[in-house]
Amino acid sequence: MIRVALFALAVGVVALLPRVLSDFRASQAALVAIYFVALIGLNVLTGYTGQVSLGHGAFMALGGYATAILVSDQRLELFGHTFSSDLRDIWTLPIAGLVAGLAGLVFGIPALRLTGAYLALATFGIGVALPAVLKKAEVLTGGSTGINLFGQPKLTGLGIETTVLGRHLTYNDWLYYACWTVALIGLVVAWLLLRGRLGRAFRAVRDSPTAATSSGVNLSVAKTAAFGISAAYAGVAGGLYAMQTTFVNPGVFDVTLSIFLVVGVVVGGLGTMWTQVFGAAFIVFLPDVAQAISKQPGVPAIVYSVVLIALMLVLPTGVGGLARRAFAPLTSRLYHQS
Amino acid sequence: MADLAQQIVSGLASGGIYASLALALVLIYRATGVVNFAQGEMAMFTTFVAWTLMEHIAYWPAFALTLVLAFVGGALLELTVIRPVQSAPPLTVVIVTIGLLIGLNGLARRIWGNSPKTLESPFSTDPVRIGGVAFSIQDLGIIGVSLAIVALLWAFFRFTKLGLGLRAAAVNPAESRLVGIRVAWMLALGWGLAAVLGAVAGMMAAPPLGSFDQNLMQPILLYAFAAAVLGGIDSPLGAVVGGLLVGVMVNLVGTYVGFVGADLRLPVALAIILGVLLVRPSGLFGREAVSRV
Repeated sequence: MIRVALFALAVGVVALLPRVLSDFRASQAALVAIYFVALIGLNVLTGYTGQVSLGHGAFMALGGYATAILVSDQRLELFGHTFSSDLRDIWTLPIAGLVAGLAGLVFGIPALRLTGAYLALATFGIGVALPAVLKKAEVLTGGSTGINLFGQPKLTGLGIETTVLGRHLTYNDWLYYACWTVALIGLVVAWLLLRGRLGRAFRAVRDSPTAATSSGVNLSVAKTAAFGISAAYAGVAGGLYAMQTTFVNPGVFDVTLSIFLVVGVVVGGLGTMWTQVFGAAFIVFLPDVAQAISKQPGVPAIVYSVVLIALMLVLPTGVGGLARRAFAPLTSRLYHQS
Repeated sequence: MADLAQQIVSGLASGGIYASLALALVLIYRATGVVNFAQGEMAMFTTFVAWTLMEHIAYWPAFALTLVLAFVGGALLELTVIRPVQSAPPLTVVIVTIGLLIGLNGLARRIWGNSPKTLESPFSTDPVRIGGVAFSIQDLGIIGVSLAIVALLWAFFRFTKLGLGLRAAAVNPAESRLVGIRVAWMLALGWGLAAVLGAVAGMMAAPPLGSFDQNLMQPILLYAFAAAVLGGIDSPLGAVVGGLLVGVMVNLVGTYVGFVGADLRLPVALAIILGVLLVRPSGLFGREAVSRV
């Protein structure tokens, strides 16, 4: 019950926040929601199933390009047919998730053989390689210039007027609502997926593959499913990202993005879903804070690194670990001193 | 054929650099079970230190002094930054090394500014003819220096008591402590040695490029990571073989396969390595993971 009440409270706050946020802040808050979605996905894989991915930016790229291609209506001639799309931006999101999710499933199968550092390299390889491949596949992706969506009539909030709670929305406000709605739905779906059999299987795979197998968990199915679900989340996040920036190019989804996602998920706390919002906020706001302190060459990076390392020292299990400790019953808090 | 031989030698030269850095990654991985993402930036930083020293003193003394400073710097990083998070989950330690990566890069920008630097080369770029094929002296020199440092390190691990202690601390920390090895010091020592390897890699990588900046080691770290995994992340021999293989492979694929060119070199190299890993999931020389139930 408390969970539902807290969730309702969160929905309320999210619904009313744009009234006090400036346009720029609203667009930043939308970005937080986008990373939130991606981190929920990465948490399914890394936090719950214990598989490291250093290439989740690649799955975001697939989703982002799926949305961009569909919205900008790149007419594709294939086998004598012309494929075109008249989907509005938000209706491309399920497709973005599907494309990335399928790619995740396909990648998850060979990845079954790999663990630890080997899996890290394999996923890292995908993260490094995909932007280069996107650059080469010019027919669909527009090569290194990418696809510009700005001014597309099918962007809701730009081409199509929108009102929420009696307010006419600017593009950034609309984006804010779209991203947060998706993020909150994503959070609920993740809860529902992970609270039952599937979630137990995932955690068993993480904690002891052998014990999981002997309890009747099919390792291959569980791991592949985790990859698929995780990638689907990343794909939806990528689609939203394309809407937020109104353009995609290979540089947007480079390997730095993948690295920041891993940083975000650890800061958010592996194995706890709702605290990933802090990981997302960390990704969005820390660079700004570092820039605000000093713009001299190199100094923002130093600030960033000092904050990150200090945070890892203070909260080695991220915000999630802190929350787990804070909300645990008093007895186990006393007992579990370390 | 002459062309092929040249390409192989120049591939081996880059391979030697990858091998040094890959070996540094393996050293730290064996001791702590963590891939050190800051390895490349540590190497970049020491290369800038070398550049500053070489403004004032001759090449080889500066080279030696850089190695000493790298050793001290690496050990200090372990003591001050890594030691406090030692008992945290492995991924947390990885994030700390990512933090170090970002911080060292920023620090180098703060100290040395954004203008590109040129590091002098100890070797001439003239060609030397061996059996009718012209090889660059610089390439041969790089191969020589990288392999020499690797051989020195191997001898250190194989024939000295300290080396034995390092190996023991990596394999079984608890029991090493029981027989009187100071495991904590061994970890710092390991980081120091890894930094020395990185310094060599950086000082060998910079001169052929003409000019270098703070992004010098980022692509090299990718290749080194790939090489270490290809060879088996816990195998020093694997790191060296993997480094040389990756160097030659990347060079040959980039030169002879038309559509690959400069853009797709790295993806193709990674694809090949992925293929190898699917057949041998623990790399070429890695130990198969055996887990206790």
